[in-house]
Amino acid sequence: MQLPPALHARLAGAPGSAEPLPVERDPAAGTTPFSFAPRLVRFPREHDFFEDGDVQRHLYLQDVLTQVGGAPERPRRPSARVPEFTCQVAGCCQVFDALEDYEHHYHALHRNVCSFCKRAFPSGHLLDTHILEWHDSLFQILAERQDMYQCLVEGCTEKFRTSRDRKEHLVMRHLYPADFRFDKPRRSRGPAVPGAAEQVLAEALGDDRVPSEGDAMEVCSEHVEPSPEPAGERRAYSHRIPSTICFGQGASRGFKSAKKRNKHQ
Amino acid sequence: MWSRQRGGLKPLRCGVEQLRCRRREREAALRKARREQQLVSKRLLRDEALEEAEEGCVAMIFGEAEIQQFLRLAQRGTEEKEREGALVSLRRGLQRPETQQTFIRLEGSIRTLVGLLTSNQALLQLEAARCLHELSHSEQSAVVEACLPATSYLLTYLSGHSSDFISPHLTVLEALGYALSQLLQAKEAPEKIIPSVLGSTLPQHMLQLLQPGPKLNLGVAVEFAWCLHYIICSQVNNALLITQGALSTLGLLLLDLAGAVQRTEDAGLELLACPVLRCLSNLLTEAAAEAVGGQLQLRDERVVAALFILLQFLLQKQPSLLPEGLWLLNNLTANSPSFCTSLLSLDLIEPLLHLLSVSNVVSVLVLTVLCNVAEKGPAYCQRLWPGPLLSSLLDTLAFSDTEVVGQSLELLQLLFLYQPGAAQAFLQQSGLQALQRHEEVAQLQDRVHALQQTALHG
Repeated sequence: MQLPPALHARLAGAPGSAEPLPVERDPAAGTTPFSFAPRLVRFPREHDFFEDGDVQRHLYLQDVLTQVGGAPERPRRPSARVPEFTCQVAGCCQVFDALEDYEHHYHALHRNVCSFCKRAFPSGHLLDTHILEWHDSLFQILAERQDMYQCLVEGCTEKFRTSRDRKEHLVMRHLYPADFRFDKPRRSRGPAVPGAAEQVLAEALGDDRVPSEGDAMEVCSEHVEPSPEPAGERRAYSHRIPSTICFGQGASRGFKSAKKRNKHQ
Repeated sequence: MWSRQRGGLKPLRCGVEQLRCRRREREAALRKARREQQLVSKRLLRDEALEEAEEGCVAMIFGEAEIQQFLRLAQRGTEEKEREGALVSLRRGLQRPETQQTFIRLEGSIRTLVGLLTSNQALLQLEAARCLHELSHSEQSAVVEACLPATSYLLTYLSGHSSDFISPHLTVLEALGYALSQLLQAKEAPEKIIPSVLGSTLPQHMLQLLQPGPKLNLGVAVEFAWCLHYIICSQVNNALLITQGALSTLGLLLLDLAGAVQRTEDAGLELLACPVLRCLSNLLTEAAAEAVGGQLQLRDERVVAALFILLQFLLQKQPSLLPEGLWLLNNLTANSPSFCTSLLSLDLIEPLLHLLSVSNVVSVLVLTVLCNVAEKGPAYCQRLWPGPLLSSLLDTLAFSDTEVVGQSLELLQLLFLYQPGAAQAFLQQSGLQALQRHEEVAQLQDRVHALQQTALHG
């Protein structure tokens, strides 16, 4: 099926509709024994017309689900394996041998970090809110007189007098987990524990040693003494990684890196 | 997990021919199931997946205390492996309907699961998504409905992260979309589930996830496009979806798809094309699609260009989806002089004629679209003529399929009516002989005779 070359240009061109040619119907058109009249066609759920497409959809799902149902192993794609390396962010000594894991680690723990108190947040929005509520003295003054605690859900315009009220709103209205936490003060650490990430998660999960609630939204990245490493192997890395970095075959962007599946063709 | 080979490559245990044979068998089984109205992903996928993947593990029925323990371990365990293990055990248990029931009745269980779905540990997120996946497989509507409020929260949470979508989030989103699509496929969905979905913020979230752009993820989009399809073809309140911008979002997505199809050889785009084509086609039949003021109409000529690029792609990759594409073309052109004009001015008639040899269903649709153009009058027929149209019509008259021939006769009538010289040319090309073949066919004879008269006597 050869398409006219100008078509691709048209697709890339400006929106617009064609100026219609004049319509002029003859009453004899479509009269007996003929019957044609242009008709909008609609198909309901169970119509046979959908059979082929539905079958293709289910074949795809069958392929996918046979993989999903399998025993979980640590997911690995051989191409993503690299020689072991350490996270270069100051104070973090997590080690990786797969780029995808590192990307996840970086986004979860180092990406939106408060420069005042080193807390890490899952998004820029939450980081901004945190800075406002924690490191802005004007906020505290205003909060005495008016509702300043903004709902964390983007698009919800509710404001609250206290963070506790806000939390209640989040749980009731937006169905956040009841043990969600955004504002509990940091407790100082004991002796250094290997791996900043594990330490952080243990605390976030309401570990008994540190009485605090677990949470889904806040990730803490406290400074931890780095484990000793041979002096000669220290490398100088830039700590500024652009936000659009995508290691190896990380997060897909649009259609460019569409998923690859093991199709049983 | 949906988007990548998370479980690693499966060893090829049989030859290519056996695989093809196996696939044909599966296809036949699915067709049969659909005809018997039994095509619900859950049951069939359950059996298939269980056979191949469980490797002899029998799912246990867990009671409240056990479930609580798994959840506690998953949330608060100190060892990563321990936490994952707890979720794996829970997931296996959730294959049993009894465990599912117990789970949803246990207070806070869904909430805890939601918490794990938004954990910052990738593997926990994935296992939690698998649990949600199991629940969405349930045959019991109560179980699936219990997941519905969680879906809303999760979409809110995940949409808030749209600028940092990382792979576990995408996997969770895909799982959510799949779970929702199961919910929407249920028999009772149109009465019970779809109205409440339409009354929530879910449609807006879904449309947001279908916005073309750098953040669009194919796996996620596929699931939510199917969700939209199940909602739309149930015809509960499509006008509402149109006011929320469904037509324009899907139209832009169609353009984006056509662009993607040109750039990459990657398979999988047809998985998204199918539900998008269906949604657009069905939405166009709504009265609201013709709203005064034109804001809500789909009028952009680029949609036609995109559709043809997709038709070409489907011809290569998935010819069985050509009818769906042509269905959209019919709905675009039926009442739109503008789109009919686009077909002519963009030189798309000849490519359209190329499709006439694919199958009877496709041929009927192609001829219907051509009739949509021709019936608008002389100005349109003039642009259809001369060109390859006549010889294509003579070819279709040689078909034995009654519907194909019937549609050809309708088109001929319009051409004879509006285009001077058409009848003459027809005669000169042995048109009468072509017609004679069908003189005795009941559904065709009256029209055949009428055309013979017109051709001979004007």
